[in-house]
This record gives sequence, C-alpha cells and structure tokens, in this order.
Amino acid sequence: MAAITTITAMLDYDFMQNAFAAAGIAAVVSGLVGYFLVLRGQTFAGHALGHIGFAGATGAVLLGVAPIWGLVGLTVAAGVAMGALGERISGRDVAIGVVLALALGFGLLFLHYYTAFATQATALLFGNVLAVDRSTIATLLGLAVVTLGGLAAIMRPLIFASLQPELAEAKGVPLNFISIAFLVIVALAVSESAQIVGILLVFALMVGPPATAQRLVTGLWGGLALSAVLALAEAWLGLVIAYYTDWPVSFCIATLSALGYFLASGADLTFATHRTDIS
Amino acid sequence: MTVIELDRATIKLGGRVILNDTSLTIGQGEFIGVLGPNGAGKTTLMRAILGLVPVSSGAIRVFDKSPRRGNRQIGYLPQVRTVLPDLGIRGLDFVASSVHGERWGVPSLTHADRAMIEAMLGAVGAGELSRRPLSKMSGGERQRLLLAQALLGEPRLLLLDEPLISLDYHYQEAVIELVRRLARERNMTVLFSAHELNQLIGALDRVLYLGNGRAALGTIDEVVTTPVLSELYGTDINVVRADGQIFVLSRGRSVEHSDHAHGGHHHDHGHA
Repeated sequence: MAAITTITAMLDYDFMQNAFAAAGIAAVVSGLVGYFLVLRGQTFAGHALGHIGFAGATGAVLLGVAPIWGLVGLTVAAGVAMGALGERISGRDVAIGVVLALALGFGLLFLHYYTAFATQATALLFGNVLAVDRSTIATLLGLAVVTLGGLAAIMRPLIFASLQPELAEAKGVPLNFISIAFLVIVALAVSESAQIVGILLVFALMVGPPATAQRLVTGLWGGLALSAVLALAEAWLGLVIAYYTDWPVSFCIATLSALGYFLASGADLTFATHRTDIS
Repeated sequence: MTVIELDRATIKLGGRVILNDTSLTIGQGEFIGVLGPNGAGKTTLMRAILGLVPVSSGAIRVFDKSPRRGNRQIGYLPQVRTVLPDLGIRGLDFVASSVHGERWGVPSLTHADRAMIEAMLGAVGAGELSRRPLSKMSGGERQRLLLAQALLGEPRLLLLDEPLISLDYHYQEAVIELVRRLARERNMTVLFSAHELNQLIGALDRVLYLGNGRAALGTIDEVVTTPVLSELYGTDINVVRADGQIFVLSRGRSVEHSDHAHGGHHHDHGHA
C-alpha cells in the first residue's frame, strides 16, 4: 500500500505524469522496432541514425524550428539513404562510423552558432523526459501510430527478408524497398527514443530490451511482447528510481537496460552449460 | 513433359559469360546432379531459373513460361551466404517466415501451417529443431531446416544449391536418400548441386556439368569422360573409374577435393 501511495504522490506532479506518458510511448515503440533491428543485425545503423539526428535537431534549433522535426527529418533522410545502399552498407561499419562522427561534428558546429542553448545540447544528447509537455506527448503519440502502423504493414516480408534474404528475393519480396521502409521506421523510432533517453543512449531502449528478450524467449510473438514489456518496465522503473534518488533519468534507464541484458546473458550461459552437461 | 528448357541461352554476370549459347531440356521427375568447378555458374543457373538473373540472349522456360520470381511450383534451398547474427529465434518461426512471407501485413500462422511445418521437419529428421533457437544450432542443423522449408508447399521443381554443405557424411547420405524418395513419390524434378559426384551416382538420372561457359547434360557415361570434362574444366582432366567410384583428376589430384578446401563452411557439431 505504501508503494501505491508514493506512486500516486509522484503522479500528482504534472511533469511526472507527462514523463510517464512520454517514456511509455517511446519505450513501447523502441522495444517493438528494436526487436527487428536486433533480428536484422542492424543495431549499429540504429545508433548511427541517432547521431545523425543530433545534427538534424541542432540544425533545426538554428533555423528556429522545433528540434524534433529536425531530428525526424534528417534521420528519415539518412534512413532512406542507408536503406537504398542496402546490403552493401551492412558490412561497412567503418563507413557508418565515419558518417556518424561527421554528423555529430555538424551538430556541434550548429550549436556553436547558437551559443545561447547549452542546455539544449545536453537535452538532445542525454534526453530530458522531465521537461516533456502535453504537446510533445501528442507529437510522440502521432509518431508512434505512424511508426507502428508502418511496421505492421511490412512486418511479414520484413521478417522473411531479415531471416532468409536469398529465399525472400526468389519468392518475390522487394528487398530494397523493405530495407528502406524499415530504416525509415527505425529513424522515426530513434527520434522518439531520443526525446526520452537522448541521442547517445538510444541503445538503452532500442537494443537492450530486444536483445534481452531474444535471449530469454525463442518465439517471435513472445519475443516481441517481452521486448516491449521490458522496455516499458525499464523506462518506468528508471523514472521512479530517478524520482527518489535525483539521479538523471537516462542514467537509470540505461543502467536497467544493461542490467537486464547481462542478467539474461548470464542465465542463457548457465542454461547452455547445463544442457551440454546432459547431452 | 518439359520442366526446364534452355533455348540457346546466354547468361552473363558482371560482364563474365557464365553460360554461352546453351540449349538443354529437363523433364518431369528427373533427378539432375549439377556439378562443376567453383564459379562455374551452378548458383547462377538456379537463380536464372528462379527469375533472379536475366538471360542476355536466347530463352529459359520453366513449366513452359518465362522464369518469374515467386513461382510457387519451385522449392529452393539457397546456398547460405548470409551469416545470421546471434539469433534467439526458434526453428519453427524461422521456417514459418517463408510461408506466404511475401504478403504484406502482420504474420499469422494457422494450425494447419504449423502442422505442415512440423510434419516436414519430422520428415527430414529435424523435428526437435522446431523449438530450438537458431543460435544453438550447428551449420548442419540449419541446413536441415532449409531443406524442410524447400519441401514445403509440394513444389514440382526443387532447386537445391549445395544442400550437403556442412552436413556430416552419414547425414549427407540420408539427405540424398530422402530427396530421391520424395522426388519419386511426388514425381518432382530435382536440380541438386554438389561438389562430390560419387555420393550422387546411385540417386541421379542425369548429370549436368558446368564449366567454361558450357554445359554438358547426359548420363554419367556420356558426360563424365576425359574429353568432355577436359573441355569444361579447361585443363587436362583424367576420369578414373575404380571400385564403382568415379574420380575426376587434374594432374593426379582430385578436383572435387581441391574445390572443397575453398568452401570454408562450418562443420557439423550436431548429433545427426
């Protein structure tokens, strides 16, 4: 009962209500989209999109536009470009790494010309979920509907193309289109996740929970559901911990995400060793 | 009835001629062993039959039509080039991804689909892989999943691209036997590419040797001869028959085994 009372007390604050709503939306989207990112082995591309988004967001601030639209615009454009390069880029970690460093550099340049906003930079890099307002929640919700709608539309061929590209191609799946469409969806999810945990910690919601889920559950639907639930639990629990400790929310979420992943990996290893023993 | 027909077909890949002005026909129910040196175009020929590689001149006809992607009459086991990441997804969902995988929307697996997949996994001796995650399967076990998948949906033409890779020897025999039996039962045409001719001798009706832009299709006695293979390999080949086995030698060394050394595929740690 005590726990419930304190949570209700916490929810008396508008900013906490908003934080829970925003973190919840972003976490579910990240958990679901991230599951496919892990399935396709494209987590690094997701990370790169976050960095590219930083340049977009700071550029937008410079132009007097809300940062989220710069974030969405540039990540989606980058997603299309990366998807169009297709298979060729998936093996090119170095190329992606160079581009993301460049993007981060541009972000810094834009900030340099907009010196008034040092806090803006911190918010973009590490997130600022406690400063989310109602209109941002509406934007996040709209983006979430578009993102998940898109994901549902391409899900079946996406899974086929991810698991068995050669066969999918032979069966008539348009691999290039799927690749582009998926990275656009990732770009949108990254933009949402960046609002909560920031650009540098996008992994905390988009990769940690799905990778953990894949270690624990082998079924497709079970894995997807667990990934979303884990992301949601980590985001909300992170908020609660941050509320009581006064530590940054993003730190708490990132820590929970890492903890979940390493615990699951440990459990997986123990299980594997055990199995070898019997066989 | 003709299943595959090449009519003066020329196939080029990146400017290189893979198959030059080749004509041949393959009929219903034939089991064709596809052999030849690495890079001879075994995979490219299958991809052309699937409609993934166009002919630059001449024509290919599959079931009397131009090849097109998504032909449900064809079952295909691709040579796996994609190295899967550390995937925790189970065998059932892996195979299920190919069932109507080309349709849009959210995937769904009916009870009938599921029963069909499990029955086919059972038929290739991979029933227990249904629940096991891919990350805990050996190369050979994954190969079995792919075989089961190629057989789903009762195809009339089966294209198996190096299905024996990363299987251990006695399971290789079992796969050949199984494909042979199913092909007879269903009157299915099979193109089965491999490195090693001897294992296939008992199963195949005719052999298709590819090399140097040419193709030779016929019985083993017609094709696996010193003059025919010397031309295809572009080097002096000696065909030696001993003890019911056929050895294709180049300067005293087996060409089949030198091919194998380049494969670099995983070994089977499974309990076949």
